[in-house]
Amino acid sequence: MIIYTLSFYLFSGVAVLSALMVISSKNPVHSVLFLILSFVNAAGLFVLLGAEFLAMILVVVYVGAVAVLFLFVVMMLDINFVKLREGFLQYLPFGAILGIVLIIELGILFLTKNFSEMSLVEYSLIPQITSTENTKLLGSVLYTKYFYLFQLSGLILLVAMIGSITLTLRKKGKSKKQIISNQNNIDSSQSVIKKKIKIGEGI
Amino acid sequence: MSITLNHFLFLGAILFTIGVLGIFLNKKNVIIILMSIELILLSVNINFIAFSTFLGDLSGQIFAMFTLTVAAAEAAIGLAILVVFFRNLGSIEVQEISKLKG
Repeated sequence: MIIYTLSFYLFSGVAVLSALMVISSKNPVHSVLFLILSFVNAAGLFVLLGAEFLAMILVVVYVGAVAVLFLFVVMMLDINFVKLREGFLQYLPFGAILGIVLIIELGILFLTKNFSEMSLVEYSLIPQITSTENTKLLGSVLYTKYFYLFQLSGLILLVAMIGSITLTLRKKGKSKKQIISNQNNIDSSQSVIKKKIKIGEGI
Repeated sequence: MSITLNHFLFLGAILFTIGVLGIFLNKKNVIIILMSIELILLSVNINFIAFSTFLGDLSGQIFAMFTLTVAAAEAAIGLAILVVFFRNLGSIEVQEISKLKG
């Protein structure tokens, strides 16, 4: 139990500190790297909570795909980041007040209600968490009760893929491609030229 | 001293606040704003999974998975818009985006 407590405080502390570094570091490349650190620590917390499959998904999808995508974009665009940081200190007092108010309100909300004693489970449709593997359990629910939502999330990914491709696709005028209707519409008057050539001369 | 549900909820609240703060402080930099949105979604996921574990109900983990899907789609489209925007204007300042309106 003591190891559980210690690892909770370790993971959550590093996650919060790296999240703070994400929003405050000068170089966006550092921000992305701290975002990766934050996600890895959140994955550790998920393992502590017993959601191993989601922890692995978080590492694969977020650290492996989304964060690297961020890194690519940050490194490829030639942006003057110093200019973008103007006004950081100007907004700091307002932002700090807002943040403190928000965290106090959320804290009061969580302290007044004891969620652990609520029994949502009684009218839940889903099988309760048992000793079976997390992945197996998740699959048995996802492909049966949430099948349509699962398909819909696949559709969302497809739309996102098509959208981002069409947004970033650049039409190049140089490429030569076959247009079949133009080929079919052509007749001999456009393709053959008759010329009279005098004897002893070229064209 | 054992870890209860409230510990995880507080962690989620702290991460959420940091994300909101990031949007307020980096008002000019779209990349940092997108990263702050990712942080907010991460805090939502922590809440989902903590509730799922402590209440013994698996649907929280399912919805955390859907949140991950939507977050990935959102990041992809946001970055694509960012690239197009940079190509057209040569900067990613948020104030310049108002030029998009007719």
